[in-house]
Amino acid sequence: MVGITLGEDHSIRAVTQAPSGNSTAAENGQRPVVLELDGLRAHFATPQGIVKAVDGVNWDVREGETVALVGESGSGKSVTALGIMGLISPPGKITGGRILFGGRDLAQLSQEEMRNIRGHQIAMVFQEPMTSLNPVLTVRRQMTEGMEVHLKMRPKEASERAIELLTLVGIPDAKRRMHEYPHHFSGGMRQRVMIAQALSCNPKVILADEPTTALDVTIQAQVLEVMEGLAHRFNTATVIITHNLGVVARYARRVNVMYAGRLVETGNARDIYTNPQHPYTYGLLQSVPRLNEPRKTSLIPIEGSPPDLARLPQGCAFRPRCRFAVERCGQETPLMALVGPAHAAACWVAASPGGLPK
Amino acid sequence: MTQIVVPAPGPIAQEDQQGAGLGQPLLDVRGLQVHFPARQGGIMEKRRVVKAVDGVTFHVQPGETLGLVGESGCGKTTTGRAVLQLVRPTAGQVLFEGRDLVTMQGEALRQMRRRMQIIFQDPYGSLNPRMTAGDIIAEPLVVHGMVKGRQQLKARVDELLETVGLSATMRRRYVHEFSGGQRQRIGVARALGLQPSLIVCDEPVSALDVSIQAQIINLLEHLQERHRIAYLFIAHDLAVVRHISERVAVMYLGKMMESADRLEIYERPLHPYTQALLSAVPIPDPELETTRERIILEGDVPSPLFPPPGCVFQTRCPKAVAQCKEAVPAWREAAPGHWVACHLV
Repeated sequence: MVGITLGEDHSIRAVTQAPSGNSTAAENGQRPVVLELDGLRAHFATPQGIVKAVDGVNWDVREGETVALVGESGSGKSVTALGIMGLISPPGKITGGRILFGGRDLAQLSQEEMRNIRGHQIAMVFQEPMTSLNPVLTVRRQMTEGMEVHLKMRPKEASERAIELLTLVGIPDAKRRMHEYPHHFSGGMRQRVMIAQALSCNPKVILADEPTTALDVTIQAQVLEVMEGLAHRFNTATVIITHNLGVVARYARRVNVMYAGRLVETGNARDIYTNPQHPYTYGLLQSVPRLNEPRKTSLIPIEGSPPDLARLPQGCAFRPRCRFAVERCGQETPLMALVGPAHAAACWVAASPGGLPK
Repeated sequence: MTQIVVPAPGPIAQEDQQGAGLGQPLLDVRGLQVHFPARQGGIMEKRRVVKAVDGVTFHVQPGETLGLVGESGCGKTTTGRAVLQLVRPTAGQVLFEGRDLVTMQGEALRQMRRRMQIIFQDPYGSLNPRMTAGDIIAEPLVVHGMVKGRQQLKARVDELLETVGLSATMRRRYVHEFSGGQRQRIGVARALGLQPSLIVCDEPVSALDVSIQAQIINLLEHLQERHRIAYLFIAHDLAVVRHISERVAVMYLGKMMESADRLEIYERPLHPYTQALLSAVPIPDPELETTRERIILEGDVPSPLFPPPGCVFQTRCPKAVAQCKEAVPAWREAAPGHWVACHLV
């Protein structure tokens, strides 16, 4: 079920089903698309120039599915999530593209209308469980507020559901503990509270921005297990934003790789890990030491550093660091092209007949 | 498999097992303790003690890398600082080149410090933003009188910049003009200038982007080969530690759980904590991740203010038995060079 459509900027997009508006059909067992980005752009006007934090990004996520958004700092992955939530503040703004959700374009909604969606139909789990919970409100209040506002629950009803949810995410003695403040909880426990809070209004989509980056590895395993179980149980679509390639492999079925504000590769996790087609993805996978492989004598790093988003090079943004670059890469920005079934990359070399000479 | 049982932290008793037949270790840490005072509750309540490091024993041979791993709060960073006497140990010995640093003061200690340097985790916070890259690298050279005159200083700074993969023309730039990876290179150059025989690397790559980490790891390995520097490599990323270390030591709640050669500890982890830690690391391979068996530990690390009785890991250990609640397991050599603190091994 692979289709090709033209994006806003005439870039070829590989989608696994017909795009927006059509999101009810569940043909051939394909689940309906719940959220779709179509050429999303978010730019920041700074004294140094226009920073194109997100510059024409297309991807979608289906009901009950987990999609990963991978990239390094400055790749635009967090700004993408903030854009979906309507949380980009000046000097940044969404300068183009559509965010299609439930038959509407979220980019066009007023703040008032967004408030009904944010935390209700689309919820977010932030990286810093220390700073994203309110320190002066009890966990109970933070849990129930959304339910009272969005679901018009009575306080008692909301409290009962809060206990249920907190128990579900693995907080022991939730009935008593929910009267405590965030500082009484450990990092892992706070992240569980965040997840319970995100789930409280039965969202269709959860955006999890580096949900386990601040946690230790044994706690990370616990939290990921909880998130996976709940997404499965409630059929919630999850977008996990991370730089950790291990977490992605463990957790996501589809992967979108971002570099310097653009999508550079998209496909099924297996295809991307076994047969990466963009030199950046390939380089990332090559550069990390792995526990399951014999130790290499030396690692193969990606040379150089990520570009300044206000002064992107002409052509492909990855060209200055790319081992495979050809002349065309310095002149024209590569467009997304299919490199396999349901697998696309934005690279002139990968799209050429010989492919990437790995 | 011979099992030699040694009484717990007694420093003398372990002398012979440590680095037997390998010549004198560069760094020999015996029964190291670092306790911090802490107050709980009201002012009338009695003072408590946080045992951040509680009887830790390990050694580092010249030119080798010992990886020190553990989760946040396990005391690995405090151990690194106590080795350098940046925090003074409560008890124990830190023998560096055969001399006990714990008993040293003032000028004598300063002279020893020249031979041991540190690279910090945060390349943003550990470099003075009001100094140029050149000044940062020059400062220790001047303080320790390593160079004579301006010409020599400039030449040495340029040489160091080039050694770490920067160019001499960057000497006049300020820290904010560098990327995270380049800043970490400046930190390495600063540490390298005094020609140390030991560098404590405290999470040197964990603040860096994935694509940059490999650059810094390769640089550290290259410098080790060239200058025969020993590293005490403190990190929580087990894959990185496996790549860079010859031997690995695992800490939990201020205590040493296990230490062995790299191959031994990753292939045959004996301690249940090491086993859980290794199984929790997600591997970048979707195929493998769907089938892999995982040990998910229950609960959180206990507060170091109230460590559990017996083995500190018993509250989360999937294999714990009654004995674990009662007695502190001894630190003993379960196989040649493979040390572990667990009743069940």
